[in-house]
Amino acid sequence: MSETVILSIRGVSKSFGGLKALVDLSFDVRQGEIYGIIGPNGSGKTTLINCVTGFVRPDSGRVFFRDKEITRLPAHKIARLGVTRTFQIMRPYYTLPAYKNLIVPLWSPRAKRHGGWRGGGKHGDRDTVAIDILEEIGFERDSRVPYKLAATLPTGYQKRLELARCMALRPDVVFCDEVFSGLSMSEIAGMIPLIEKLKMDGVTLIMVEHRLRELFRVADTVMALNFGEKIAEGDYTEVIEDKQVKEAYLGKEGV
Amino acid sequence: MEKTRRERVDRGLKARTEGIYAVSSFEEIIYLVGPRLVLIAGILLLPLILEIAPYWKRVVNIMCVYAILALAFDFLANYVGLVCLGGALFVGVGGYLAAIFNVYLSCPFYLSIPLASVCGAALCTVLILPCLPLRGVYFAIVTLMYPILFSRIIEALNILGGTNGISGIDSFPGEYIEEYAIIVAMLAALFSMRRLVSQDVGLVLRGVKDNDQSIRASGINVTAMKSLAVFIAALMGCFGGAYIAHLYMWAGLSLFALDFSIIPIAAVVMGGGGTLIGAVIGCFILVPLSEFLRFFGAFRIVIYCVILTAFIVLKSEGLMVYLQRKYHQFERVVKV
Repeated sequence: MSETVILSIRGVSKSFGGLKALVDLSFDVRQGEIYGIIGPNGSGKTTLINCVTGFVRPDSGRVFFRDKEITRLPAHKIARLGVTRTFQIMRPYYTLPAYKNLIVPLWSPRAKRHGGWRGGGKHGDRDTVAIDILEEIGFERDSRVPYKLAATLPTGYQKRLELARCMALRPDVVFCDEVFSGLSMSEIAGMIPLIEKLKMDGVTLIMVEHRLRELFRVADTVMALNFGEKIAEGDYTEVIEDKQVKEAYLGKEGV
Repeated sequence: MEKTRRERVDRGLKARTEGIYAVSSFEEIIYLVGPRLVLIAGILLLPLILEIAPYWKRVVNIMCVYAILALAFDFLANYVGLVCLGGALFVGVGGYLAAIFNVYLSCPFYLSIPLASVCGAALCTVLILPCLPLRGVYFAIVTLMYPILFSRIIEALNILGGTNGISGIDSFPGEYIEEYAIIVAMLAALFSMRRLVSQDVGLVLRGVKDNDQSIRASGINVTAMKSLAVFIAALMGCFGGAYIAHLYMWAGLSLFALDFSIIPIAAVVMGGGGTLIGAVIGCFILVPLSEFLRFFGAFRIVIYCVILTAFIVLKSEGLMVYLQRKYHQFERVVKV
């Protein structure tokens, strides 16, 4: 992990009608770290991801990726720069087999540029590359799983497929929107090494999570949000001891 | 009392021919290519058979134009998720452009038809571009509005021949060229469409229908993909329009008639959405049927509606889906 800031969020605000989802939020993510974002329901975590990745336009504030402003760029251009995301609600292309789901990201300009595959050549066609990526992410190559329809896959595999879709773009930054939620303990145990492997490959991960224990195992820095405001940031031991964080999760009487 | 139920089982042949073993015996090759061969040979022989009833040759030509339009509609609606009622727009733009190229710029028919198809497709794409963010019925309404808009403009400004239209377009040099031009084009459109939707770019287009958010997150411009799809569909539609202009040697306001938007939809509903071939089969039934019903005069629209309603109520899955199931699976009665 280096000290270089790869992603910098400066004073981002977003409100939906009267609801203030994000209020003047600023933080920095360093190159190669795992940055955890926690907060109770409705605290603005997913809105934050939407604002940074261009799916929602922030009302004010600026977002910088490698010192280049990306605030006003459309989502597909941000993805092409290397800032990708998973979706909390997985919607794979249900009618396609799992490995064909990866054809879409592999077809994008960024994957063409980075992978050097344009169909054929020494890298093989996109199907080959797709199966390689799926194997990396935990789909057994020789089993039937990669060839099954995406609709018939169990949740754990659908989550992996969502992550694989990001990996196919060879990203620099990945926003993971609750990749652990809805998974069994053993499925999470299978996911954690994948997250760590991504980190070792030099990918910066920003993880929004409700499963705190699992998040704290991997995260380097944790930020807590409540009502769209940053209430704590730092090492997870500091964050869970923070009075405001306890209040947000347990209520005033609980503390 | 013993209860029984019916279950459907894949035929052994079907299961085998899905894999790489498809060409292991003559029987299986026939099973695979048989239906396609029957279709291709049947359509190619149609003009020769219809020597006995020359009037119906015209019907076959129009039927093929409708089949191309229905293919375009099926592709846009069931693969890309754009319900486009712009059939009349495509035909009108293609027809008028062919007339302009042929009459005003004196291009021969073999130049004016391709030129009108490409230029018309580009024009239609530019027109539809602003409404691409619209979805479902809103998009449908805007595309339905364009042909009406065009015919009103031509009528009001009295340009391009006004209500009389542009006449004096070259006809085709021979009857067989006239017929086989559209038959071959229709078959080419059908099989290249089937090929396109399973290519990598086709999968991306299908992704736009399933989940456009995830397409954007993959770094692909959704609007660009949608306009590509509209261009492909418009190319087919404009070709049909340019062909009709040369067939009738006239381009007029009737090229913007809503028939060109509505009949393809009816054909797709009847044939089975998302099968592509169903769109063609649907046209092969509906267009001759409506021609046949012409003998009944004004009463024909009632009969037409009854038949169409009966189809939608009784076989709502579409004819082709039903036939495919019968071909690939058999039913047997088992004890519960």
